[in-house]
Order: sequence, then structure tokens, then C-alpha cells
Amino acid sequence: MSYWPLFLSLIAIGVVAAARWQSARQQSVLLPLAISCLVVVLWELACRWTQTRVFPTPGQTWLGLLELIESNRLWGDIAASLFRVTWGFILAVAVGIPLGLVVGWSTRTFRALNPIIQGLRPISPIAWIPIAILWFGIGDGAGIFLIFLSSFFPITVGTMAAVRNISLVYQRSALNFGLSGLELFRRVVLPAALPQIITSLRIALGVAWLVIVAAEMVGMDSGLGYLINDARNAGSRYDLVVATMLVIGAIGIVLDLLIRRLERFDEVRWGYAER
Amino acid sequence: MSMQPKVVFEKVNKVFERRGADLEVLANIDLSVAPGEFVCLLGPSGCGKSTLLNISGGFEQPTSGRVLIDGEPVQGPNPRRVFVFQEYGIFPWASVWDNVALGLRHLSKGEQHTIVAQVIDLVGLTGFESTYPQELSGGMKQRVEVARALAVDPDVIFMDEPFGALDSLTRLSLRSELIRIWRKSGKTILFVTHDVDESIQLAQRIVVFSDRPGSIKEIIPVPLEHPRDLGSPEYGQIKNHLYDLLGVSHKV
Repeated sequence: MSYWPLFLSLIAIGVVAAARWQSARQQSVLLPLAISCLVVVLWELACRWTQTRVFPTPGQTWLGLLELIESNRLWGDIAASLFRVTWGFILAVAVGIPLGLVVGWSTRTFRALNPIIQGLRPISPIAWIPIAILWFGIGDGAGIFLIFLSSFFPITVGTMAAVRNISLVYQRSALNFGLSGLELFRRVVLPAALPQIITSLRIALGVAWLVIVAAEMVGMDSGLGYLINDARNAGSRYDLVVATMLVIGAIGIVLDLLIRRLERFDEVRWGYAER
Repeated sequence: MSMQPKVVFEKVNKVFERRGADLEVLANIDLSVAPGEFVCLLGPSGCGKSTLLNISGGFEQPTSGRVLIDGEPVQGPNPRRVFVFQEYGIFPWASVWDNVALGLRHLSKGEQHTIVAQVIDLVGLTGFESTYPQELSGGMKQRVEVARALAVDPDVIFMDEPFGALDSLTRLSLRSELIRIWRKSGKTILFVTHDVDESIQLAQRIVVFSDRPGSIKEIIPVPLEHPRDLGSPEYGQIKNHLYDLLGVSHKV
């Protein structure tokens, strides 16, 4: 029995206790790191106390992760999941933003389409899995369709709301200077709505990443969701299950960071409160 | 020779419907504004003076009566008559330059360049062309909005408490800027305010409104030359008279 949990928790507690002497920047790196270490320690201790033979320890999970990386299996499954999310998301952006702009701007179109959009929106994309497989079979088509559905509603509804919230004074400015038609959309409606649209893209991408894993567990034969199912079915390899979960979390963080870069452009920064 | 008035209000009435009840906002407004004149609409909050300005800008319709500009009834918003808003109507997603060029879309790049550079200079914002409004102070934002209005060379500028959100020192300096620009450009300006001092400092005539439903109580000429001496006895007399009209005490 090794003593690393003891040493690690002492270091972590030391870091937390010394937090008041660290700069704000150091704190926002060191404190989460220390808390993560404590979580890993608790995980290890829980495994020891319960003497589990099924649930993997942090060490076993780490070895499982290395095994996945070395077997080349992981990269293929990551690529499969990202491929479906990318295409489904791009299609949802291409349809959802123009639709949201038009439905949000035109009161009559809004009255006509909003009830249908609101009626379809609460149906979980997961519930569409049988239909997706029926239409597209097992494979990328069904995955892309499901990601399209799960991104389309947040993007469309977010864009609609953004347009309907455009301040009266911008609308009047546009009218005063004679803007109309496409020019009105390009110069006022789209840029005024853009900060909120970007927020809806962020939400949509988050949902897409949740949905793809579930979809791959149920109805696909590749991807990170499938990998989790496969690892469990092929001899209860829970070390691989947990390792894959961590990979999913890490990729989710990266996707969110990437899409948040959109918030930094001069054209949209005005739309976010200073943090 | 009698000059045709620039803006004429003929028996303008406005009634809003709020929760089924009629709310009379403006009652029988008759007013005539000469070309190149600077007129302030002064009154307590909620007296309908902003509504009157919105009607003249074409953003709202009168319930009865009409507004004529150059003898033509106002049909809707028009770049010949530009509005300057209190809550910053400039676009935060566009640079100062792009904001000012908004009304010049039909011109060539070269012509746009000349005009934009000229009006940006006129409002004293040279050097800030590529800045975004977020990085500007409130006073500078209003300069951008004034520049955007001047760029289209309008006949009339409507200003709805344009300096209301600014601190008192910035307000004071922007007023003298505005007077300088007005004298240089010769635009007709209708300026809504609830600030007695502001109206005396700016206007050639002050139109004093009653409480809601807003009607014209009195039209007061300000026969003072610019720059105006805020400490002169005439200034004080007009001020006292305005306070009396508005029904407020002039001693604190």
C-alpha cells in the first residue's frame, strides 16, 4: 500500500491554505488544481476502503488511458464523434441562423412558425434516435442528423430571441437612415443580434457534445459513446470506461474554449458584460 | 418676403391606448419653426414632448392633426431629417468611421471619405476613426451620433434629450459645441429637454409644455447673442419666468 494520497493531499491542502499570499492569476490556476488533487485522493481512498474490484482506481484509469492512446483505437473514435458533431453543427448554423433572423424580424412569420418550433423543441434529441436510424441507418448520417436536431433548436430560438430583443433605438436609427431589405439585415439585424447568437452557439455546441455520446451508445458502431459501451461489454473494462469519460470531458472543455473565442471580436464585445 | 416655415405642427393630438384606457398625451399642438431656427421643447417628464418629436421624425403617427416639413406631410422616417437619441443610437458593433458613414452608402468611397473626415473633424473626434463606441465616453458617443447626423447633410435635426445621460461638465461643453456646429451648418434644430438652463443656453425660442396632456403653455423668445453669459440679468429673468411657468420654486 502506497502513501501517495497522503503526500498529495498535504500538498493540496498547503496550496489552499496559502491561497491568500498568491496573486489572483496564480489562485485561479493553483486552487482548482489543488481541489482536483483532493478529488483524486478521495477517489483513491474510496476505492481502498470499499475494496472494489470493479471500479477502477485513478492509477488504473491512467493506465487505461495510456492503453487507449497506444492502441490507436481512441483517435479513430474521437475523429468519428468530432466528425458528426462538426457537420451536424455546421448544418444547424447554416439553417438555424438565417431562419432565426427572418422569424425573429418578421412578426407574421414569427406568429406562423414559433408555435411549431416551440412544440418540437422540448423533444429530446435522444427520442429521435429510432427515427434517425430508420431514415439514415447505423452510421454517420444518423449521428449528423441527431446533432443537427440538438443544435438547430438552441440556435434558431436563440437567434429569434436575439432579433426580437434588438433595441428600439437601433431599429429607429436604421429606419432613419433609410436601411431596408438585405442591407438592413447585414448592417443592423445580424450585428445587433450577434452577441446573443454566439451565446446560443455555445449552448448548442455543449448540447451537441452531450447528445453525440448518448447517440453513439445507443445507435452507432464508432465514436466515444460507442467506445464506452464497447469497453463495458468486452469484459467490464471500467478502467477504459472512466478513461473515455475523462477524454469526453476534456474535449468538451476545448470545444467550449474554442467557441468562446468568438466573443472577443470588436464587433461583438459590446454585447457581453465586463467580467 | 415671407419665408416658408421648415416645420409646421397643425392641431397635433396623440392618444395612447394603455390597458384599454385612453391616455391623452398631446393636445392641440400648433407650432411653426423657421428654417435654420434652434427651438427647444421644454417641459416636465411625461408631458409628451418626446412623443411630439417622434411624430415629427416619422416614428409615430399623430392621432389627429399633422406635421408638415417643407409643406409636405411627414410620412415616415427620412434621412433628410435625422434623429439624435438620448440612449446612444450609434451602433456599438461598428467603428466610429463606419457609424458616421452609415447614411452615405449611396456615395462613392472617395466622396464618403471626404465627408466622414470632415464631420469627424467638426465634432472633434479626429484620431478616433477606428475606435469602437464601447471604448468612448458618453460625451464622445454623442459626438459620434451628431457627426452621423451631420454627414447626411439633413435639413432638420431632432434631438431627444441628447445630453441627458451625461455629467454636467460634459453637458456644458457639448452645448457650446452644438451651438458652434449649428451656427456653422445652419440646420434647423428641434431639441427636447426638461432642463431649464439647457433650453436658455441653446434655443432661439423655447416652447414650454404643460403637464400631460401636453399642450403649449407659452413660447418664449431668447433674444441673447451667442456665446451667452449665464450670469447676465436677462438670462436670470428668462430663467425665473420659465420656473414660474413650470410651477417650480426658484429658490432651494
